Amino acid sequence: MSIRIQIFAVCGSLAISAFIFELIRKRKMLEKYSLLWFCAAVVLIVLSLWRNLLEKTAALLGVYYAPTALFIIAAFFAMLMFLHFTVVISRLSEQNKNLAQEVGILQEELRGLRRSSGQTE
Amino acid sequence: MDELRKRLVIVPALNEESNIGQVVEDILGSGLGLDVVVIDDGSRDRTAEVARAHGARVIKLPFNLGIGGAVQTGLKFAFRHGYDVAIQIDGDGQHVPSEIPHLLAPLQSREADVAIGSRYLGAHHYRTPFMRRLGMVIFSAVNSMLIGQRITDNTSGFRAFNRRAIGFLCAHYPSDYPEPEAVVILGRNGFRLKESAVKMRQRLAGESSISSLHAAYYMVKVLLAIVVDVFKTYPKAG
Repeated sequence: MSIRIQIFAVCGSLAISAFIFELIRKRKMLEKYSLLWFCAAVVLIVLSLWRNLLEKTAALLGVYYAPTALFIIAAFFAMLMFLHFTVVISRLSEQNKNLAQEVGILQEELRGLRRSSGQTE
Repeated sequence: MDELRKRLVIVPALNEESNIGQVVEDILGSGLGLDVVVIDDGSRDRTAEVARAHGARVIKLPFNLGIGGAVQTGLKFAFRHGYDVAIQIDGDGQHVPSEIPHLLAPLQSREADVAIGSRYLGAHHYRTPFMRRLGMVIFSAVNSMLIGQRITDNTSGFRAFNRRAIGFLCAHYPSDYPEPEAVVILGRNGFRLKESAVKMRQRLAGESSISSLHAAYYMVKVLLAIVVDVFKTYPKAG
């Protein structure tokens, strides 16, 4: 692995970690959603600093050119992230639907109460 | 003794101002002691106002949830207000309120928890476009296999539920094209289904929610959902 690609990899991973940290600090990202991002950044930093480990990992994966393994691992994390988002979005949709139903029902109940107590709407 | 005295008719409606008044009037005038709640699923016309003017209660959803979310809203309302039976009927005038006794009968005799109004039982002949007919045959075959009971009209939105089924569906009602899926979920969770032959009308006005162009997409999507449903776990129906 050339030193240039290693520098790029380390800088990239560090930049992502710093950016995530900043997002959490400014409360633009909840901690519970940041865990996976941090794991990804840490793994990528370790692998780009520790050449020997990356080369062994690459050999284990059957990849001849070690930096490619870095991409594969990054892609794997991206995939995990998408799955995670889909799960989160599904949960939010369900909650959103329940809230909408609740609002509709409560409005109609309120209307009924107001009418029976003789108030104008 | 007829124990199922509190009866609510749930009418999901989307932009049905031209049909909804008549539908509500027919239900209230049926002499069956029915209450009506119209679920306005984000209509942009005067559906809610017209329904109220004709004497229905109206739940206006803040935005469109789709037919599944709308029907489920009605079921939640029915459950909370202590109804013994909820009857689902389309807001487009396709279903005839005078046929409701056919749906109530199997519930009253305690033969079933859920009654489905079927166009295809009995001697009725409906002209159905080829794709829809194909879909119905497939749903019928797949659902029969999964619940061990033949349902002829899986896409029928003319149904009656007893209180136990209402409670279950409040927590588990499918979303997009819910009718065939609901059959499988109910059947596999120990609810007894029964079909009753009913007459249906051609739509009064407006457009059906399923055009023939969407039929293929509809079939694939629903079949996929049904297959997945088989592997889902549900808390034991109470």
